[in-house]
Amino acid sequence: MPFMELLDEYADFDFHGFLASVTANQVERVLAKSHLNAQDYLTLLAPAAAAYLEPMAQRASALTRQHFGNCIFIFTPLYISNYCVNHCRYCSFAVDHHIHRRHLGLEEIEAEALRIAGEGIRHLLVLTGEARHKASPEYIEAAIRIIRPHLSAIGIEVYAMTEEEYGRLIEAGVDSLTIYQETYDRTLYAQLHEGGPKADFAFRIDAPERACRRQIRGVAVGALLGLADPRIDSFFTGLHAHYLQQAFPATEVSASFPRMRPFEGGHFQVEHDVDDRLFVQFMLAFRLFLPRVGITVSTRERASFRDHLVRLGVTRMSAGVSTAVGHDPEGSTAQFEIADTRSVDQMRRDLAAFGYQAVMHDWNSRYLAVR
Amino acid sequence: MNDELVIGGQVVRSRLITGSGKYQDESIIPQVLEAAGCDIITVALRRMDFDRPTENILRHVPKNKILLPNTSGARTAAEAVRLARLARATGCGDWIKIEVINDQKFLLPDNYETIKATEVLAAEGFVVLPYMCPDLGTARRLVDAGAAAIMPLGAPIGTNRGIRTRDLIEILIEEIALPIIVDAGIGRPSHATEAMEMGAAAVLLNTAIATADDPIAMARAFRLAVEAGRLAYLGGMPGASTFARASSPLTGFLDQTEA
Repeated sequence: MPFMELLDEYADFDFHGFLASVTANQVERVLAKSHLNAQDYLTLLAPAAAAYLEPMAQRASALTRQHFGNCIFIFTPLYISNYCVNHCRYCSFAVDHHIHRRHLGLEEIEAEALRIAGEGIRHLLVLTGEARHKASPEYIEAAIRIIRPHLSAIGIEVYAMTEEEYGRLIEAGVDSLTIYQETYDRTLYAQLHEGGPKADFAFRIDAPERACRRQIRGVAVGALLGLADPRIDSFFTGLHAHYLQQAFPATEVSASFPRMRPFEGGHFQVEHDVDDRLFVQFMLAFRLFLPRVGITVSTRERASFRDHLVRLGVTRMSAGVSTAVGHDPEGSTAQFEIADTRSVDQMRRDLAAFGYQAVMHDWNSRYLAVR
Repeated sequence: MNDELVIGGQVVRSRLITGSGKYQDESIIPQVLEAAGCDIITVALRRMDFDRPTENILRHVPKNKILLPNTSGARTAAEAVRLARLARATGCGDWIKIEVINDQKFLLPDNYETIKATEVLAAEGFVVLPYMCPDLGTARRLVDAGAAAIMPLGAPIGTNRGIRTRDLIEILIEEIALPIIVDAGIGRPSHATEAMEMGAAAVLLNTAIATADDPIAMARAFRLAVEAGRLAYLGGMPGASTFARASSPLTGFLDQTEA
């Protein structure tokens, strides 16, 4: 059964009624269990669970240390093109925003890869907007092939592709796919994506499964918190991660809880504010539900907050980040403002001060080319 | 009494093997190995950055240790074989711990792929230590495939839950002539003692030391625990009885003379 069908099963579920009805007793019963099911997870997302952040944090911290050690995996994003034909109302890259557009040539991409590798980064996440006429699958594939020799592991965060296209990119050296559904609320999704190929909700939600069928090593899912009711989107993020873990046990699944950040050209009204306490509740509930699934926290979050999150369940962080194409804010508009501007070296030092090792290298599929 | 552990023709003094992952600071590894008295250390090939030797974890491994690279990250026998060949080609020696895992939820090994990788690598002259779910049929096939030791899990990796597969491991110890090294699940020194009392040849553990508040103290505790368990096994522990010995035995009438 595809995840889409599982999502459909919740179509008539009264989330608000359930969340409002959760009592302290129910939360305590869930916290007494050793393995949580989906309903337990939803229970921990309820307002009543907010009073239990400390016991949740103690358990989340212990589980994360047990399964991932005192380690945080470090990566950096590289935007190679911000041309986009979509109309996402919450994103500066949207087609109707008059921003500085840029599209890196292959030589520029290689220069960027070398610069990033020179900072000690070994894991790279390559990002584009959605504009097949500019950033075509062939262009992205060529970019991967040119970056590959300079870095250890490469992820992509690009538009939803077909299974065949994912197969070609994996063959070219892509190790992981990040694709956020933005919101699991179909009605709202339609309103937020009125034009462009991204309007196809089903094609996007099926994307991780298409990549998994091509034996990609890792997939990352998430929702952009602030668009829809964040408790419900957090629930579906967990359900999605759980589904992928069950359906594709060989694939490393991870998730993220990105919060809305200020962006260029945006007058988007964030309907659902997610404060720090609520964000932490989401992360802790997720960790208790899925002890072995990775959690990524990006530079959307400020440095001091990220430092504290390290002990609560985070396994992966970005460092040395720019959300402008080619690390050049003068040449192109950033996708959103970053809140943590620390260099890679500073991140390593700060993590060490918190008792964590910054792991720069965790896989290199070039090793599998050995005959 | 000469109590030597021989693996792949090499005498190993310590029956405690540890790993190199999950530390907050890898530079502590030499002190941990010293405290643990380990001869063998396993290192994940996936973490080795051969492009950057100065960043490579091997810089923390003393030269006099036996390096046991592992194929963590391999999802098939073919991937494990390639990682093993890479290890040999980059000077990591001939020892290899095969880890083939297709299951990211429990990190349980794939016994079928593990047997296939063992066959290939043993034929190429590797000293192969396969990590496996304890199963007698698999263990026998691994022996036939040329394994140098068998490494059944005590509990899923990283869980610290102890020897949950005790009965199955006891069967392997009883039936398999190769050293049985209990790998994974050992979270406390008492678990290590239990495995050694059962007659395991050695134990391999990492999480319990690497994530301890004081890894050096924990390494020493495990060293003592492994030694205690081995001594107890060699000393011949008295059998434990489930039932108390009745002062009025049920069969006592057999010794009585009828009046």
